[in-house]
Amino acid sequence: MNLKLKIWRQANAKTTGKFDIYNIDNISPDISFLEMLDILNNDLIHSGKEPIAFDHDCREGICGMCSLHINGHAHGPDSEITTCQLHMRKFKDGDTITIEPWRSTAFPVIKDLVVDRTSYDKILQAGGFVSVNTGGVPDANAIPISKPDSDESMDAAACIGCGACAATCKNGSAMLFVAARVSSLAKLPQGQVEGARRAKAMVAKMDELGFGNCSNTGACEAECPKLISIGHIARLNREFLSAKLQD
Amino acid sequence: MGNFLCSSSVGRKLIMSLSGCFLVLFLIFHMSMNIAAIFSEDAYNMICAFLGANWYALVATVILAGGVIVHLVYAVLLTLQNRKARGAQRYAVTVKEEGVAWSSKNMLLIGFIVVLGLLLHLYNFWYHMQLQELLGNHTNDFGYSPADGVSLIRDLFAQPVFCVIYLVWFAAIWFHLTHGVWSMFQSVGFANATWYPRLKLISNIMATIIFLGFAIVVVVFYIKSICPACCVA
Amino acid sequence: MAKIDSKTPQGPLAEQWSQHKANIKVVSPANKRKLDVIVIGTGLGGASAAAALGELGYNVNIFCISDSPRRAHSIAAQGGINAAKNYQNDNDSVYRLFYDTIKGGDYRARESNVYRLAEVSNLIIDQCVAQGVPFAREYGGLLDNRSFGGSQVSRTFYARGQTGQQLLLGAYAALNRQISKGTVTSFPRHEILDIVIVDGKARGVLARDLVTGEIKRFGAHAVVMATGGYGNVFFLSTNAMNSNGSVAWQAYKKGAMLANPCFTQIHPTCIPVHGTQQSKLTLMSESLRNDGRIWVPKKMEDVELIRAKKKKASDVAEEDRDYYLERRYPAFGNLVPRDVASRAAKERCDAGYGVNETGLAVFLDFKTAIQRLGQDTIKGRYGNLFQMYEKITDVDPYQEPMMIYPAVHYTMGGSWVDYNLMTSVPGLYSIGEANFSDHGANRLGASALMQGLADGYFVLPYTIGDYLAKEIQSKKVDTTSKEFDEAEKSIKDKIAHLFTIKGDLSVDDLHKKLGNIMWECVGMARTKESLQKALVEIKALRKEFWKNVKVMGKNDEFNQEIEKALRLADFLELGELMARDALNREESCGGHFRSEFQTPEGEALRDDEKFTYVAIWEFNGVDAEPTLHKEALKFETIKLAQRNYKD
Repeated sequence: MNLKLKIWRQANAKTTGKFDIYNIDNISPDISFLEMLDILNNDLIHSGKEPIAFDHDCREGICGMCSLHINGHAHGPDSEITTCQLHMRKFKDGDTITIEPWRSTAFPVIKDLVVDRTSYDKILQAGGFVSVNTGGVPDANAIPISKPDSDESMDAAACIGCGACAATCKNGSAMLFVAARVSSLAKLPQGQVEGARRAKAMVAKMDELGFGNCSNTGACEAECPKLISIGHIARLNREFLSAKLQD
Repeated sequence: MGNFLCSSSVGRKLIMSLSGCFLVLFLIFHMSMNIAAIFSEDAYNMICAFLGANWYALVATVILAGGVIVHLVYAVLLTLQNRKARGAQRYAVTVKEEGVAWSSKNMLLIGFIVVLGLLLHLYNFWYHMQLQELLGNHTNDFGYSPADGVSLIRDLFAQPVFCVIYLVWFAAIWFHLTHGVWSMFQSVGFANATWYPRLKLISNIMATIIFLGFAIVVVVFYIKSICPACCVA
Repeated sequence: MAKIDSKTPQGPLAEQWSQHKANIKVVSPANKRKLDVIVIGTGLGGASAAAALGELGYNVNIFCISDSPRRAHSIAAQGGINAAKNYQNDNDSVYRLFYDTIKGGDYRARESNVYRLAEVSNLIIDQCVAQGVPFAREYGGLLDNRSFGGSQVSRTFYARGQTGQQLLLGAYAALNRQISKGTVTSFPRHEILDIVIVDGKARGVLARDLVTGEIKRFGAHAVVMATGGYGNVFFLSTNAMNSNGSVAWQAYKKGAMLANPCFTQIHPTCIPVHGTQQSKLTLMSESLRNDGRIWVPKKMEDVELIRAKKKKASDVAEEDRDYYLERRYPAFGNLVPRDVASRAAKERCDAGYGVNETGLAVFLDFKTAIQRLGQDTIKGRYGNLFQMYEKITDVDPYQEPMMIYPAVHYTMGGSWVDYNLMTSVPGLYSIGEANFSDHGANRLGASALMQGLADGYFVLPYTIGDYLAKEIQSKKVDTTSKEFDEAEKSIKDKIAHLFTIKGDLSVDDLHKKLGNIMWECVGMARTKESLQKALVEIKALRKEFWKNVKVMGKNDEFNQEIEKALRLADFLELGELMARDALNREESCGGHFRSEFQTPEGEALRDDEKFTYVAIWEFNGVDAEPTLHKEALKFETIKLAQRNYKD
């Protein structure tokens, strides 16, 4: 199929960007979206133009490296997938596809479609861990954990840290990301020990880094490639407020 | 401890939730009171007299005004922060995500419509009632006693334009509540996957009851104005 | 050469590690604070090592090429992690895990290392649970297990189909904790381009800041490579797009010898190649073989109808299906080791029974399991994998069987290390997939995660102390020394040169060519002729690269083309060494299958007389032949035997 691509180009964080238009022909519907960009980039290189920078790595939907806001959707117009799992069969011949980087104050553009998501790392560094040293821990089966709790913890832990939630949220809020981590650990006895400290520290860091306030639209959940539920945000609110009320 | 109510995003949302909850309770009270006017104009005016410039009514009014102002100020504050977080460069293409309610993304806009309606409403009623009593006047501009709410209602809703404006206003409140009610549970942390459908149902039911409860007074009084014999009360 | 000393402890196997730990030196807390360690890579090995070293009190700098440590490709491991917990009461033990691993590796791994791996495996599970890793559990609240290839017990712990992700998030969290404490400093989007050697010891690295292009110097008393495997030399592999072998290769050029580079694992269950524009292959977890049955049609007419899309696989009658793994290997059935399963698929496809348009695919069918357990149970076990398959292929695997074909997945070979995980360069360590030590000629499923975390949490933090104890007198490394100057100059020259070539072919064009050569000549089945051909062709391609590559942009910016070009330059040298190693090893073992050496039934035929050794290659110059050293493998506990998965 033949497509018209409207792609955001920006040399670096300091310059302002703009959209450039590219036409690309003979694209097989069975290739992935990023393979389509690979082809475009290879064509650009052959014609002596700068290829488009975009983040990607595992290309199987788990590393969270790929981003891209495609036709208004984080990770494109398909559910439960990341951009790297999006296939061209989701588009029609003759379509115009608009490709933008994540846009959020806390995710500044590095180049073209590549953004800086280290703010997510910083939030996790503030408290997204269980404070145990290596070694000297009890046997893995010493503390039974109910299967529903463990499963719910796993649901939240499925977060890949791609940034789609904050990129989608009209408020640029990272609540779903923070909630996923807090909630995952809050469902496990190992994580509960420092639950109060964790919730406070992570929310404080999130606010400090310039993410917005959650207004419960649920857009994050709708675009999350791993279907993380906003129920985890409710749990984060609960963890945070009960921690604060004990101060 | 108290600091987090201003300084943290979750704390700010708690304020929105609690002030919102307070306003919803007030709406239910106000609605119940209005409905009295349909059944007995005297009863309604008795309530109006009871809520005149008495100390307890004034305290309640101040608290109520405080609730509105807190809810409004926080809403503006949060929205300004959120716009900053979103960044100067906006998406060229945006969509409505699947399952996301329109109202949830436009609460401030709806809120402003509600506030405009409120200002009109205050002028239409409060200005002619409690305020006149406070100023020590025994009659208002229309020559009614400040406690004679029914006459104000009857006059106002005899005019179709006000009926329409008020119904639009109530519709805005309906939209605001469909998102606001379940949202206030979410913000205090009482919600989960099992409860979302229930909470959203409760929101819709509450919003609809409140809409109907207010709208019925407008409709009844309008019908009375064009057909005095239609409604016997 | 004196450098090859495996430092394997003496004494009974089961006591070696305890004995060794008792004998090696430790560093006092006050001195640890004065010692700097660099860790390259943030996968399971790197993240766990950096976290553990940070906890001990060393000053750690950790580097990754992605925007966050959490992107490392360990995250993509799906199925599980082995440990000899024997929670299932199925007679598992440290010895059995050790035995399975040695046997699975086709008797080409070092006994002492593998035994240690099996020994610490249980600690890993305890550690991960304590970190809040949500492993799958049973209704009673205790941990669940499943089976993996190459073993007859259920010893694999898992977190749905995302075990690698969960383990990495655990290690990443431990790392984050140290970063917040200030013991570890993280450098995301930094690529290490060279190891700097001063007075024969690893003393630092040169990193390119991938955002600005700046070349930065970092000094340390020890350097740890945790850079994963080099499967991307094949262009198409299950590795992440950015995975590369450059650090190990640069270290090789500085004296850290490479061992068994030809041992490549071809994973049997990957989604088949669909066309020439493909960029990467997607793995379908081995755990699927717990419930999936692999087959091709018995009749050629069915094959043709299926290829022509005139018949659905689900319509092929039961008696017309050839469940060839169950037929050939009754004892292990669909759960034979990966190399065996891959070769069996190739054998059927070579015989003409491949079921897709290219003739390079077999079926992985869940019909029997769905009938037996119900769709919900299967969904609970593999839901995310089924969803992934459907998104890629547009076929619903609950209705129609999956199509799979082998693909390059893991490299058992890597930097040679001694028992302490130190390479042949003092102070330079290699852990996880980057080293060669634990998997012999074939890795068993769910053992990569085990090795990464074993090395990082429980082996390196002990063994590195033995070396660093001798460094407590050394001052902070001076990064203005002439060694750093020279290394930086040579890198800057190389980068500048790449930009000046301005040829006609993109880096990807050339990489695809290399991949083609590697897959055709150094792939699943190798012959003397194919390998000799590869040697010639790779050399020629390397020349073409340096004459005709086109690298757009400039160095002092975010530039993915120069990143790829630098990595490909190394692959073009590494590929040649792989072919050379494969040519030298005139036997078949594990993932290394020389067509000339097979049993009448088509199984790998080892030559224990001549090749029970680790082939260790020493660099002598890019176009010069490397020197081969041999570390003899002694099997004192396990008797060498032909692998038997039939009965």
